[in-house]
Amino acid sequence: MTTASAATRSPRHALVTRSILRRALIDACAKLLPQHQWRNPVMFVVYLGSILTTVLWIQALAGHGEAPAGFILAVTLWLWFTVLFANFAEAIAEGRSKAQAAALRSVKRDVLAKKLAAPKYGSTTTTVGSSQLHKGDVLLVEAGDVIPADGEVIEGVASVDESAITGESAPVIREAGGDFSSVTGGTRVLSDWLVVRVTSDPGHTFIDRMIAMVESARRQKTPNEIALLILLVGFTLVFLKTTATLLPYSLYSVRVAKAGTPVTITVLVALLVCLIPTTIGALLSAIGLAGIGRMLRANIIATSGRAVEAAGDVDTLLLDKTGTITLGNRQATGIHPAPKVSEHELADAAQLASLADETPEGRSIVVLAKQRYGLRERDVHALGATFVHFSAKTRMSGVDLNGRQIRKGAADAMQAWVEDRGAQYPPEVTRLVNDIARRGSTPLVVAVDSRILGVIELKDVVKGGIRERFSELRRMGIRTVMITGDNKLTAAAIAAEAGVDDFLAEATPEAKLALIREHQKQGRLVAMTGDGTNDAPALAQADVAVAMNTGTQAAKEAGNLVDLDSNPTKLIEIVETGKQLLITRGALTTFSIANDVSKYFAVVPAAFATTYPQLGALNIMHLATPQSAILSAVIFNALIIVALIPLALRGVRYRAVGAARLLRDNLLIYGVGGVIAPFIGIKLINMALVWLRLA
Amino acid sequence: MTGNDYLQVALLLGVLALLVKPLGGYMAGVYEGRIAFLNRFAAPVENRIYRLCGVDPAEEMHWTRYALAMLSFNLLGMLAVYALQRVQAHLPLNPEAFPAVSPGSSFNTAVSYATNTNWQDYSGEATMSYLTQMAGLTVQNFVSAASGMAVLVAMIRGFARDAAATIGNFWVDMTRSTLYILLPLSLLLALVLVSQGVVQTFSAYRTVPLLQPLHYRAVRQSGAGQRITDAGDNPVTEKLVRKNQLIAVGPAASQVAIKQIGTNGGGFFNANSAHPFENPTPLSDFLEMIAIVLIPAALCYTFGSMVGDRRQGRAIFAAMAIMFVAMLVPVEHFEQAGNPLLAKTGVSQTANALQSGGNMEGKEVRFGVVNSALWATLTTTTSNGSVNSALDSFTPLAGMVPMGALQLGEVVFGGVGSGLYGMLVFAIIAVFVAGLMIGRTPEYLGKKIQAFEMKMAAVVILIPPFLILVGTAIAVMIPAGRVAAANPGPHGFSEILYAFSSAAANNGSAFAGLSSNTPFYNTALGLVMLFGRYWLMVPVLAIAGALVRKKKVPVSAGTMPTHTPLFVILLIGTIFIVGALAFFPVLALGPIAEYLKMVAVH
Repeated sequence: MTTASAATRSPRHALVTRSILRRALIDACAKLLPQHQWRNPVMFVVYLGSILTTVLWIQALAGHGEAPAGFILAVTLWLWFTVLFANFAEAIAEGRSKAQAAALRSVKRDVLAKKLAAPKYGSTTTTVGSSQLHKGDVLLVEAGDVIPADGEVIEGVASVDESAITGESAPVIREAGGDFSSVTGGTRVLSDWLVVRVTSDPGHTFIDRMIAMVESARRQKTPNEIALLILLVGFTLVFLKTTATLLPYSLYSVRVAKAGTPVTITVLVALLVCLIPTTIGALLSAIGLAGIGRMLRANIIATSGRAVEAAGDVDTLLLDKTGTITLGNRQATGIHPAPKVSEHELADAAQLASLADETPEGRSIVVLAKQRYGLRERDVHALGATFVHFSAKTRMSGVDLNGRQIRKGAADAMQAWVEDRGAQYPPEVTRLVNDIARRGSTPLVVAVDSRILGVIELKDVVKGGIRERFSELRRMGIRTVMITGDNKLTAAAIAAEAGVDDFLAEATPEAKLALIREHQKQGRLVAMTGDGTNDAPALAQADVAVAMNTGTQAAKEAGNLVDLDSNPTKLIEIVETGKQLLITRGALTTFSIANDVSKYFAVVPAAFATTYPQLGALNIMHLATPQSAILSAVIFNALIIVALIPLALRGVRYRAVGAARLLRDNLLIYGVGGVIAPFIGIKLINMALVWLRLA
Repeated sequence: MTGNDYLQVALLLGVLALLVKPLGGYMAGVYEGRIAFLNRFAAPVENRIYRLCGVDPAEEMHWTRYALAMLSFNLLGMLAVYALQRVQAHLPLNPEAFPAVSPGSSFNTAVSYATNTNWQDYSGEATMSYLTQMAGLTVQNFVSAASGMAVLVAMIRGFARDAAATIGNFWVDMTRSTLYILLPLSLLLALVLVSQGVVQTFSAYRTVPLLQPLHYRAVRQSGAGQRITDAGDNPVTEKLVRKNQLIAVGPAASQVAIKQIGTNGGGFFNANSAHPFENPTPLSDFLEMIAIVLIPAALCYTFGSMVGDRRQGRAIFAAMAIMFVAMLVPVEHFEQAGNPLLAKTGVSQTANALQSGGNMEGKEVRFGVVNSALWATLTTTTSNGSVNSALDSFTPLAGMVPMGALQLGEVVFGGVGSGLYGMLVFAIIAVFVAGLMIGRTPEYLGKKIQAFEMKMAAVVILIPPFLILVGTAIAVMIPAGRVAAANPGPHGFSEILYAFSSAAANNGSAFAGLSSNTPFYNTALGLVMLFGRYWLMVPVLAIAGALVRKKKVPVSAGTMPTHTPLFVILLIGTIFIVGALAFFPVLALGPIAEYLKMVAVH
């Protein structure tokens, strides 16, 4: 297993490894087959142009060329390089996916499974290969075993090493019932045992889906990719006409000016390749693949490329309060004694009542008593106390110690308890309880025998930095909605503290579903995270649904993204990755088209130099000779593809600064920069050609 | 340019800016049927028209039906104009007894008027009867303009309506555009023009004695029209005296008014708005210029109003106005600078107390350089083919700008309706590329721009350059195309290029050096006009049909704002890159080469 996890990890971190690079170089040549080239219309035009100039070069060698053979050869070679560089970009991106798929496939190996005759621990087992397992089979997995298939724990508790798929080395607990009951094939049980019911047929397991996803990424085009491709084909056709019609115009000009020779086909092909959006055309598929790759590196499995893209469009996030916004458990944060009771006395009683309480709330009371009042934890057994456990009926817990009954519980339960004993429930305490509830905290009343000592305030602790995160989202134009089972008062208080835009209190699965539908009806795109089975309908309804890997199988089926780390705040990163994908596409398209301005200034005066030498005035870059000018433009056009591969793979950085500023900055960098950069680049290449005496 | 020149330009733009809001608001009200005055007094007339035509005004149309209605209506108009020209000899209101127009020219003219182009391969006062001019050409001036407005309104509904299926009723949009917008404005303008001296009469042409008899020599011709030559094969000339002249008149004012208001441009007389009976005074010139650009500019406001966000209309208007000024400045500059070759011969072209200076070749003295350049820029940026000076005589770069305006697709104000819908397609493309750069599926006015819209937008930006470039290429390759150019060298090339640019953009103006009344040009330009109009209108309606179905995405901080100066710059940049880059090489072989040769000689 260690080899598998190492293999999984390495491509996730390095942008490109040497082996991927080597493979990509070979693949780039293999992709020269027409059936490969046909898939990318923009590059296909370059491909055909390269073939055409190759033929022209052979013709020139034979002695009747339209231009010197050396010039045609130089142009031809660089056109072929342009095609190869585009293939190379795609091959690198594919290479990274392939490495990921290979690593996943090594996880998916045939292991022996212990199939149980009856679905319970201790039943007789038969040994079968994991490929023979079907939905509904029940297995026993013991310490040291690899879990043979995806399934749901129906009995037992065990620690499981899931590093093979998550890359995370710390083991996780899997147990029957609840939200941590699902296990993934290929992971390993470290301690104890589990009885697992298989939930997928062979070939449909979670890992199978991951592999399929990684491998199919290059075959399916997402809707936005298709729309962009249409635009790029449109541009290509416009420039095809522009260059193709230059031949008759040139013939006419030569005739009427009675000077010079018509423009050569080699030059027209060179001009065409320079003008059509080759930069984005070459990098488009690499950008898409890199987007899915980035998700994988963030330990998120996308079930389709569409899901990654849609993540960028999300404008409403539904976030579960527990775990996402708050730390998950309420903690004691304050002690409010009743009249004529000292804080210390209340703290002491509260600590005693909580000593045997193993819930996080109970433990936090003990911690608070120690930190603020210096009360050391006492050994309950040594004190000779008897515990009174919490029950749904009494709604209180505590200890009986030396004849004293020490209790803590919900306010109304405690009121009933003391009044039963003929005591007064102090009105000041009622006021305290109401105040605490209004603050969004939970009041816990403490009493000794029939005397109310005061109230402990339990509070949801909002995660550090979450408020800043939400205001960042707001700047991105994304609304956050907190979902909680708490009552409205509590929910409102936490919502205010965390800085979410809205909240849904007393949420039921139906209410969640209705909320999503309502937002969608307003034209919003909703993303949500979920882990429980009862989240499945809402996950299915949401536009972007992130299921937690710890969650139930139902939730995972309904989600279109699965977070292997089970970290709900990651939704924010998912949105950013989706945006990054679209931004990279837009930026490179803008750059590609903006480049054209300079190429005209390089090629047009050169192409018609013999007919209208006056057009030399347009040669503002002062390129040495007409031929070197054309060659410089073609070389720049090819090299810029290679230069931008890292940007395509890494993606343009996304900053949450609001649409207007983002647009301004990117227009400045890729639009204005795209106009200026090639002027400099072409000039430098031309100077190099002159220096090498090639001009 | 002198201070007076700046004042004239500023006055025009100032008056225009003042009129945009009231007219734009009124038009929005007309299309939304909420002008109380009209509903009370004009609705009975409108409803009677519907009853007469068997139209149910309440019926909403899917985009395909809308397109079909528009196309069939336009086809009918085309056939009517063709027929009228062919049988005009047998119809009344033909005092000069003009014969039938030739089939080729009739086809070209019928297409030209139905497509709002008004390319004229004929000379109005020597070819067309009054009836043809009025019932054929003037009627088309109204309905072709109204068709453009209807398509625009349908597209606006595509943005304005939320998850609907239909984009309005073509017959209603068409009728309202004509009845409530074009007719009242034309009536008003025609009356003012008559007050300035534009003729409006059914009487025959007048023979008027010349104040001074004209003596001249001419080649003597035989009865068969053959030149008579002497023994040395030199033509024999004779001395002639002319004491009278024939002055063409007719119902001109009514046609001139709509030719400007509907961005048509087809003159009643051959000299178009340079003719004193079409455009007699500086005031008539000023009013006609306002009329040319009034509706296209005001429609920006209508757009903003109908989509419920006036800032959107303002941004589009700003982009158009900035581009207009950017085009006007070089035209004015190069025309005022004059021709450097003339300077060598001692001709003064600088402005002084005695003359306004500049390149006065082909210009009317009563308009001068400024108003000629202003007119040329206004008419070529809108799709109005009327002229008050000879574009063919402009200096190379000053002539290139009007040609460039045609090649950009006439979106700077543009034709009535067609200018704005062309602009909105550019906006869709701008929003698509820029929208990606902010990391969202691009949206414009709350409507997501996806593959189908992109496909149709790509068609819209592909067609005009295709028609212009391929048309010109064919023309320069065949003798029939080449011989028509009057001038040698790059200027002759410009003349051919201009003709195809004008036809594809449905403009109608010309570098008049080209003799285009030939079978080749009549057919080629006729087809280019047809495709340049309907191959854009149908995809535009398809976009409207696709957009109208979409839900509106609410605005948030993540939405790309489309009303800011940044968007205006982006839109201008997109139009320049998409529209202009395709034409840079071809312009280099025409006007740019001509200009560089001219300065090189200098």
